[in-house]
Amino acid sequence: MAHIEEIRNKIHLDLHTVRNTEDSKYPGTYSGYDDSWNYAKFKNNFKLEIVSRSAREVEFDMIGIDTPFANAFRRILLAEVPTMAVEEVFINNNTSVMQDEVLAHRLGLLPINVDPRLFEMKKKGDKVTERNTLKFRLKVRCKRNKKAPTDTTNPDELYLNAKVYTRTIEWEPIGEQKNWIPGGVRFTEDDILVNVLRPGQELDMVLHAVKGIGSDHAKFSPVATASYRLMPEIQLLQPFRGHLADKLKGCFSPGVVEIVDGEAVVKSARVDTGSREVLRHSELADKVKLLKVRDHFIFTIESTGALEPLELMREAIKILKDKCKVYRKELDVFTT
Amino acid sequence: METEHVGKLSIVEGEEHDDLCTTLVLHGEDHTMGNVVRHMLIKNPAVEFAGYSVPHPSENKINLRIQTYNTPCLSALYTALDDITDVCDHVLETIDKAEEKFQG
Repeated sequence: MAHIEEIRNKIHLDLHTVRNTEDSKYPGTYSGYDDSWNYAKFKNNFKLEIVSRSAREVEFDMIGIDTPFANAFRRILLAEVPTMAVEEVFINNNTSVMQDEVLAHRLGLLPINVDPRLFEMKKKGDKVTERNTLKFRLKVRCKRNKKAPTDTTNPDELYLNAKVYTRTIEWEPIGEQKNWIPGGVRFTEDDILVNVLRPGQELDMVLHAVKGIGSDHAKFSPVATASYRLMPEIQLLQPFRGHLADKLKGCFSPGVVEIVDGEAVVKSARVDTGSREVLRHSELADKVKLLKVRDHFIFTIESTGALEPLELMREAIKILKDKCKVYRKELDVFTT
Repeated sequence: METEHVGKLSIVEGEEHDDLCTTLVLHGEDHTMGNVVRHMLIKNPAVEFAGYSVPHPSENKINLRIQTYNTPCLSALYTALDDITDVCDHVLETIDKAEEKFQG
């Protein structure tokens, strides 16, 4: 019985392979088990626990959900949750050493600190309106610093405006934007270095930012990655004492295995990095089982700053719901 | 090879299809939707076979094949989409509760 439970719920890590990765809990696969979809059972078993949280990053556990869902959320976070990013740069003057297109590429990658849900997508042929575009101005000229000490070689002292940071780029509201964008628009970080100038060089350009999704261009991805890993499980098949216990402890990351009353005990499998080092030692390999729990996902979402990471997760789930809605509507047309 | 599509769904012609089995094309979708829909279809005991594939990675669409025992296969798809929406709703609720718990 326990053996079947292990096949149903765990993934096996061997020295050279990973076994049992496919989800087999479908109706008919196991006699004596009812694996058909049961919403009440799902609601009963599903847990979501936030482990840590900051303004830019969140780590939470989703337990009792199937892989296709967790992966769908991850993929949508990366590629389909929209943000605002610079798409067009109208360059009036660029006498810096950086080529126009390189500079424009860099400007596109700067994350913009504004809620993208306030805006609409701009389709090809649409006019620029306050609802689909953000306008910025970058105008800076580098001059020699007349007040610099005569013997210095430090460019920060010799020149004024030599380093162009994101704080130099100014938002120019279109129409009534000042009224309905709370807090105004900035870039998420003030001190991203955009370009470097020397006296006589200047930049003068207008930036247009639009709403887009990561699958179109990675600059629109709202996450500085979102990823998940499965919860590890370490089973000690026999007691470990003495020098074997110390060796076992040394095979894992600090905190995974501790020696309690002379015996090795798995303290925190969660911290294990999955290196499978223990399987490389013949005297330990057959006495330990390394597994992953198939339905326990440890999610980490790091936001680029426009939206809070937990809010991004909500948006991703809403997008999956919307996709289903679209197809249900189409099916209604089909079946009538 | 395919019927004209106005929206996002169309039926692949040239393959046997009737009330109980069909191959659909979902335009503008990839593994994100394909894997989830396939999973929920198989969880339905009325479904005999469900599978999806990406015919070519350069084209943004998936083929979804559904075969059922007795019930119309398009209604099985409808149920699967409803089930996915149920899961999404519940996860959203649970996030709110988890946030409260973490705050307090």
